[in-house]
Amino acid sequence: MSDLSRAQTFDEFMEGIWRQNPVFVMVLGMCPTLAVTVSAMNALSMGLATAFVLVCSCGLVSLMRNIVPKEVRIATYIVIIATFVTVVDYVIQAVSLAVYDALGAFIQLIVVNCIILGRAEAHASKNPPITAMVNALGMSLGFVIGLLALGTVREVLGAGTLFGVSLFGANFQPWVVMVLPPGGFIVLGGWLLLFSALKRRKEARLAAQEGGHGA
Amino acid sequence: MTLPATSPQATPASSLVKTLGIVSTVCGLIIVGAYQGTYDAAAANRRLALERTVFKVIPAAKTMAEWQATALGIRPAGGEAVAGATRFYATYDADGALAGIAVEAGAKGYADTVRLLYGYAPDCRCITGIGVVAMKETPGIGDKIVTDKAFLANFQALDVKLNAELSALANEVKAVKHGSKTKGWEIDAIAGATVTSRAVGKAINDSAQSLLPKLVPEMEKLRKKKS
Repeated sequence: MSDLSRAQTFDEFMEGIWRQNPVFVMVLGMCPTLAVTVSAMNALSMGLATAFVLVCSCGLVSLMRNIVPKEVRIATYIVIIATFVTVVDYVIQAVSLAVYDALGAFIQLIVVNCIILGRAEAHASKNPPITAMVNALGMSLGFVIGLLALGTVREVLGAGTLFGVSLFGANFQPWVVMVLPPGGFIVLGGWLLLFSALKRRKEARLAAQEGGHGA
Repeated sequence: MTLPATSPQATPASSLVKTLGIVSTVCGLIIVGAYQGTYDAAAANRRLALERTVFKVIPAAKTMAEWQATALGIRPAGGEAVAGATRFYATYDADGALAGIAVEAGAKGYADTVRLLYGYAPDCRCITGIGVVAMKETPGIGDKIVTDKAFLANFQALDVKLNAELSALANEVKAVKHGSKTKGWEIDAIAGATVTSRAVGKAINDSAQSLLPKLVPEMEKLRKKKS
């Protein structure tokens, strides 16, 4: 692999983690992001389930990109995505019923996660399988990071635990609203605020540099 | 201007059908493969989770057998499921004696149905423990029904005796306001979680009212452990 294509592949991978992070930058897939992030474990399981569906469906969509006529492409993408969601549904039941019960209907709802159909349409259908899957893997990791960022904060504040391990002892009074639906919005708002503040600072720095060059 | 019915570049219908056919076949095979591959593990998981809850409700239990109660009486589960039948589990201790009967029950709580399992002790004709199978009650409020020691103490010997005709419970099981429990068949509700506490009471009452009149007259059938 040449240096150029390696750099490109790395770029594809990093796109979803930072520059186009599905949760913090594109603000996609908000339904699972807000609903299942009451604990870090739930966030991680949901992230991994979505990652599996995203990587597999992008691979298959990319493999089939030359034989699928554009008239029926949405139908085929949805069938492919639904297939891998069904697979992940069965696998989670076989691995852990506790996780399956905790995630509830949100496993099946991965079918309509717009990150996945968005990637299939915007990226996988136009790129070879390796590139598509690398990009999907980056996006998945970005999504996992986004969910974990919410899940850890909400679990620590709302239950005083992290991955089920008690952090503060018996005297801790949990901040219950954090594990209720409003807590999801509050924590997401906090993270979005942090990300946009970082972005502004960077833009201001770039502008200052350019101003310096101009003078 | 009217467009021609088919433009020269239109994809032929046969090609569309062929593509959809291929995609459906491939996806169908993947789904069936995953289903076959995970079926046993998933079924074992479900059985294990059920056993764990049953054995928690009846601590002396070592083995269990599934039964069902129909309008005609009780019989071991298995084979055809009878419509309207209630499932329950007869459990036996290490010596093979009847340790208690676990029954699934459910009632609408604050957020969704609270599904629980309760243990019935035939000798004291009372309920000796409950375990929650599934619930979506408010964290920190309704979900105290699994952790609140004072609430769980209600189920050390909750009175569910039948009336003289064995047709219904002698006294309706119900949750009463926190601190006002005076009778053996009342459940002292958790302060602030009255709705969920009432759901537990209703679930037990509904289930016991319909099941126990069928079960108690035939208790002897359950005494002997089936090998």
